[in-house]
Amino acid sequence: MFDALSERLSGIFESIRGKGRLTEADIDATAREIRLALLEADVALPVVRTFIAQVKERCKGAEVSKALNPAQQIIKVVNEELVGILGGETRRLNYAKNAPTVIMLAGLQGAGKTTLAGKLAKWLKGDGHSPLLVAADLQRPNAVGQLQIIGERAGVTVYAPEPGSGIGDPVKVATDSIAEAKQTGRDVVIIDTAGRLGIDEEMMQQARDIREATSPDEVVFVIDAMVGQDAVNTAEAFRDGVGITGVVLSKLDGDARGGAALSVRHVTGQPILFASTGEKLEDFDVFHPDRMASRILGMGDMLTLIEQA
Amino acid sequence: ARSNSALGKGLLSLLASDKLDDEVWEEIEDTLLGADVGIADTTEIVARLREHVQVLGTRSPGELRRLLTEELTAALEPEMDRSIATISPTGEGPATIMMVGVNGSGKTTTCGRIARVLIADGNTVIMGAADTFRAAAAEQLETWGSRVGAEVIRRGEGADPASVAFDAVKAGADTGANVVLIDTAGRLQNKAGLMDELGKVKRVVEKQGPVAETLLVLDATTGQNGLQQAKVFGEVVQISGIVLTKLDGSAKGGIVIAVQRQLGVPVKLVGLGEGPDDLAPFEVGAFVDAIVGGADS
Ligand SMILES: Nc1nc2c(ncn2[C@@H]2O[C@H](COP(=O)(O)OP(=O)(O)OP(=O)(O)O)[C@@H](O)[C@H]2O)c(=O)[nH]1
Ligand SMILES: Nc1nc2c(ncn2[C@@H]2O[C@H](COP(=O)(O)OP(=O)(O)OP(=O)(O)O)[C@@H](O)[C@H]2O)c(=O)[nH]1
Ligand SMILES: [Mg+2]
Ligand SMILES: [Mg+2]
Repeated sequence: MFDALSERLSGIFESIRGKGRLTEADIDATAREIRLALLEADVALPVVRTFIAQVKERCKGAEVSKALNPAQQIIKVVNEELVGILGGETRRLNYAKNAPTVIMLAGLQGAGKTTLAGKLAKWLKGDGHSPLLVAADLQRPNAVGQLQIIGERAGVTVYAPEPGSGIGDPVKVATDSIAEAKQTGRDVVIIDTAGRLGIDEEMMQQARDIREATSPDEVVFVIDAMVGQDAVNTAEAFRDGVGITGVVLSKLDGDARGGAALSVRHVTGQPILFASTGEKLEDFDVFHPDRMASRILGMGDMLTLIEQA
Repeated sequence: ARSNSALGKGLLSLLASDKLDDEVWEEIEDTLLGADVGIADTTEIVARLREHVQVLGTRSPGELRRLLTEELTAALEPEMDRSIATISPTGEGPATIMMVGVNGSGKTTTCGRIARVLIADGNTVIMGAADTFRAAAAEQLETWGSRVGAEVIRRGEGADPASVAFDAVKAGADTGANVVLIDTAGRLQNKAGLMDELGKVKRVVEKQGPVAETLLVLDATTGQNGLQQAKVFGEVVQISGIVLTKLDGSAKGGIVIAVQRQLGVPVKLVGLGEGPDDLAPFEVGAFVDAIVGGADS
C-alpha cells in the first residue's frame, strides 16, 4: 500500500537538496504527499484542507525560503503545526470549587466510555480523591452490571439505583447521584452515559438533559482512535448537541494512525486530556501531542527525518 | 440519515455551468474519500469514471451520477452470494457461526439479532459466550438470549474461551439445535496473543466439524484501519462474510469496498440500530445511494 511519509518525502527532498532555494513547485509537491499521508491516517478532509493551507502559507514565508536547508524546514513546520493543533494548552481536569466535581462521559456506541469511567475513577482514587461512579447508561444491555464489575475492580463505589437494560430514567439517576455523593462524602462524580449517535435527536436531548441537571465541570467526549472521516460530523454533533470540555482518545493501543485526534481537536477546539490504551484499568495515560503527531504522519521519529532531509 | 447527500448541490451547479473540469473531479474524489473509501480505491474508481465520461461525452449531472453509481456498484461486486449459511458444511450437526472483530464493533449485539432472525425462521439456536474477558459480556449475551429466545452457554469470567465455545457447539449437537452462534471477545488485530487465542477458539470448535460462517463485525465509523483489521483477522480465522454495523449513524462505511476486496468475501449484513430488529441484509444499491446521495435527487 502506501509508504510512510518519510519514504515518500525522501524522493522530493533528494531533488530539493542542494538547491538552496525552494520553488513553489517543491512546496506543492511536498504538500501533496503530506495531504495523502494525512488522508491515509484518517484525518478528515476539511481538516486536511485547512492544515495544508496553513503549512503552505508558512513554507512560503521567509523562515523556510531563507533557511539553510529548506527541506528540513518544511518538516519542522509540519511537525510544529501538528503538535500545535494536537496540543494547544494542555490542562489538568477542571475541579469544582465546591465538591463534588462532576465529570460526564459522552460518545458514540462502543467508544470506550464505561471502561474509561473505571480508569478515571482508579486514577483519581490514586490521586487521593474519593470518586463515585454513576450508572446512567440504562439502555445498553447489562451496562449497569459492566460498570459495577469495573467499579469493584477499581475499588470505587458505584451508584446504580436502576437495573438498566431499558429500565429506569438516566436523567433522574444522574441528578440523584449528586445528592448521593454529597451525602456520602464523595468529591468526584463520574457519570457513565449510554452510547449515542450524533444524529439521534432524542438521545442527544437526553444527554443535554443530563448535563443541565448535573452542571458538569467536565463533559468528556470519548472517541475511538480507529474512527475515520465521520470524526468531524460526530465531533460537531456532540460539540453542538451536548457541549464538550475535553476529549479522550481510546483504543490507542491499536495500530490505527489516529487522524481522528486531529479532526476532533480541530472541530471542538477542546483539549485531548487522556489516552486510553487498553482494556485494563491501568491502561491509561496523559495525552502526548508530539507522539501523536509522529504517529499520524507514520514517522517513528520526526527528528530522524529532519536529519535526513 | 442514510441518504445524507454528499454529492449534492455543489456537483449540480458545477455541471450546470457545463464544464466538467477539475473542480467536478475533485468533488467526486472528495465524496468518496469523505465516505472512507480510501485513496487507493477512490483513485481507481475516479480514473475509470473519467474514462467512461470521456468515451460517452457525458455532460449531465444525472448521467454522471449514474455512472458513478455504476462504478461503485461494480466495486462492491453485487453478484457475490450474501446469504448466511445455516446448514453445517458437512450436513451433520448444527451450523456454527462465529463472530469476530475489534473491541466494541457490535459482535454481541449481532449475535443476538442473528439469533432473532433464525428463530423467527423456525430454527433452534444456542449461543456460546466465548467472551470470558470483558466485564459483564456473558450477561449481555444472556440478556439477548432471553430477548430472542435462545439458550446461552456460559462459564465464569476468566474461563477458557475455546472450551466455552466447544461446549456450546457440543450442546447444540446434543440438543439437535440448528445453529450455534459463538460470541467472542473484542480484540485489536495488533495484539498477537489475543489473535492466537482467537485462532485457538476456532480450531477447538472445529474438532467437532467445520465452522459454517466466520463473520467479521466491522463498525461503519471505522476508517482506513478497517483494512488492517480485515487482513489480520482474515489470516487468523478465515473470514466468510462481513457484518457492517452502526450504519444508522452519519458514517458511510466506505472502507468495506477495500475490505471486501482484501478478504474476497462479501458484506452480508448491516446493523441499523441497537434494537433486536435492526439487522438487515446488505444491499449494494442502498449502500451506494447513501454515498452518492442518489436517493435525494
Ligand atoms: N484495546 C482497547 N480496548 C478498549 C479500550 N477502551 C475500551 N476498550 C474496549 O472496547 C469495548 C467497548 O468499551 P466500553 O467501555 O464498553 O465502551 P462504551 O463506550 O461504554 O460502549 P457503549 O456503552 O456500548 O456505548 C470493550 O471491549 C472494552 O474492553 C482501549 O483503550 N483499548
Ligand atoms: N447505533 C448502533 N449501535 C449499535 C449497532 N450495533 C451495536 N451497537 C451498539 O454498539 C455498542 C457495542 O456493541 P456490542 O455488541 O457490545 O459490541 P461488541 O463487539 O460485542 O463489543 P466487545 O465485546 O466489547 O468487543 C452497544 O452500545 C450496542 O448497542 C448498530 O448497528 N447501530
Ligand atoms: Mg458503556
Ligand atoms: Mg461483545
